[in-house]
Amino acid sequence: MRPVLYVLSFLGLIALGFWAYRENYATQAALKEVQALQRQIVGLRESLSVQRAEWAYLNRPDRLRQLATANFDRLGLLPMDPSQFGTVAQIVYPQAKLPAISFATDIQGTIAEPEEGL
Amino acid sequence: MTLRTPLRPLARILQARQDGLNPDSIEKENLRLRHEAMREKARGRAQFRLVILCASFVVAFGAIGARMGLMAATEPQEPRASAPGAEIIAQRADITDRNGRVLATNMTTHALYAHPKVMVDPRGSARKLAEIFPELDAKALERRFTDGRSFVWVRKVLSPEQMQAVHEIGDPGLLFGPREMRLYPNGTLAAHVLGGTSFGAEGVHSAEVIGTAGIEKAMDARLRDPAQGGKPLTLSLDLTLQATVEEVLAAGMGMLNAKGAAAILMDARTGEILALASLPTFDPNNRPNPLVDKDAEPGDSPLFNRAVQGVYELGSTFKIFAAAQAMELGLVTPETMVDANAPMIWGKHKIKEFEGKNYGPLLSVSDVIAKSSNVGTAHIALMIGPLRQQAFLKSLGFFEPTPVELVEAPGAKPLIPKKWPEIVTITTSYGHGMSASPMHLAAAYAAIANGGVMIKPTLLKREGPTTGVRVMSEKTAMEAVRMLRRVVTEGTASLGDVPGYEVAGKTGTADKPKKTGGYYKDKVVNTFASMFPASNPQYVLIVTLDEPQDDTLSVTRRTAGWTAVPVAAEIIRRVAPLMGLRPKLEPPAADAVTAASN
Repeated sequence: MRPVLYVLSFLGLIALGFWAYRENYATQAALKEVQALQRQIVGLRESLSVQRAEWAYLNRPDRLRQLATANFDRLGLLPMDPSQFGTVAQIVYPQAKLPAISFATDIQGTIAEPEEGL
Repeated sequence: MTLRTPLRPLARILQARQDGLNPDSIEKENLRLRHEAMREKARGRAQFRLVILCASFVVAFGAIGARMGLMAATEPQEPRASAPGAEIIAQRADITDRNGRVLATNMTTHALYAHPKVMVDPRGSARKLAEIFPELDAKALERRFTDGRSFVWVRKVLSPEQMQAVHEIGDPGLLFGPREMRLYPNGTLAAHVLGGTSFGAEGVHSAEVIGTAGIEKAMDARLRDPAQGGKPLTLSLDLTLQATVEEVLAAGMGMLNAKGAAAILMDARTGEILALASLPTFDPNNRPNPLVDKDAEPGDSPLFNRAVQGVYELGSTFKIFAAAQAMELGLVTPETMVDANAPMIWGKHKIKEFEGKNYGPLLSVSDVIAKSSNVGTAHIALMIGPLRQQAFLKSLGFFEPTPVELVEAPGAKPLIPKKWPEIVTITTSYGHGMSASPMHLAAAYAAIANGGVMIKPTLLKREGPTTGVRVMSEKTAMEAVRMLRRVVTEGTASLGDVPGYEVAGKTGTADKPKKTGGYYKDKVVNTFASMFPASNPQYVLIVTLDEPQDDTLSVTRRTAGWTAVPVAAEIIRRVAPLMGLRPKLEPPAADAVTAASN
């Protein structure tokens, strides 16, 4: 009985050792990947902040004003003026659309009724 | 297994019996020996355990000590396993306007340094570097590369193109260190608010970025606080309004040949400053050096913030405070007639009106403000008396530096007369002899505009309601606004009327004091302090022009009514629609609108 136990525990030890070896390398690989990803994230964040800065730079009021002036014939942009405020009453209501005719009988029915009333 | 000795060995017992001895003593002796052996064994085991314990402690503490030593000795490393959050990518937080548009941000760049001892060709490299960077002197650089030192800073920041060019030199002794650079994408816009930054402690791997002026310095601790996690600092400024104000102000300054100009646009309810401009301006990305010339006035430098640091005699804009206080104290009503017979003789002083006019003999308080009568205001101030006048001006914040979040603000103390005899009461009532910054004036006018509550002007976006000390009743404030409205509709600021926006305000023209004492005849500071719309004032606008003159109609005019007022009116006309303020106008003819839509 006892030798069997020894053999089994020895085999178990070897198995555990193998497992630990593999885990070790798997962990190191995972860490390496995390590091690579983090470096990528940092790089992306950096370029994001650069893009944000560039967006702000390209949208600076000075430049927009110059562009609006340069392209006045196409865009016709002028500074906002008090007279540009309108009221709701000035807006034309869109014309209500008539429902589409689906069956010929619909028309017959609606036309027929007032005739009967007369 | 040791052989166990019997307690009563038969041979010895028999022997003892034969000898007539007590065999029990043999047993006792054996028992004693056995016990002794047992004790020995137990002691040995205990000793062994103690040694083991001791050894394990030594190993354990040794391991901890070794680990500590190792950690202390090694270079710090980022934890690799935990994923970092969004925080701390930049060491300095961004600054944005109230709508989140970027005013200041960071960019990664590189610094260039050299290790001359590992350089292959120091002379050639120095020459090539001087070609890339024209401001470097090839000879000086060569000397520094060859005089035996082992480390030389070459440049603090590089553009990517320059970095590539340095790479192409290909000298292994030229090295790059990462740097974070402060970037103001809008250039000169809001330069005086933002101030600027520079590098603090510099190392090869990184350098501190520290604020040198403006809000960058005033809020330096907040911007660098890692606990804020790089959360941007939101200012009360609005980029669009700021750009518009600066544009109009610059145009006005150019047209009126002014030396400088300042404007403050403030939300009267919250004290939030929506735009703050001071001209001439500078580029915070490339902050100029302060003037070193001793004779130079601080105002000559573009770094000078006229809106906050510029302490001027603000002239007649002060008159409304005298009128408001007199009404608050119940001394007068807007219709009360006061003595306005010019010139007024007070001791050896003679108080005159503008261009020696006489609005008297009697003038209503409302007309005193509308016509800007010095004599009338003087009589109102005398009714109030020096002590009460001082207390009121103090409550409006004219005795302390303004609390805005700029590092320049605490240094700009108002100039207050040391003694306060009645003649000072008279001159102060129309804004002479006492100097304050346009920011002071904005805060005080905001108190009138918002119904009599003194609020703290701020450059940071406010969350939630603001509270302040009440300095006058709502009724008084309303009457004061009505008087200011009359200044525009029928008084000295008639050019300030913007149809639909009911501008109310007061002009102020003050002669510039000479350094040697006395006043210049032809140099003035013109101010227009205004609020709009008068029926429910929401915004306060202060416009100040330094040494303007209007030559358009072949007469040289230097009064605020001809200089600061039209500029302010144009600012209001441009800015009010941007703030969504609807003009109180008749809508344009309906057919005009439909024609545009066709």
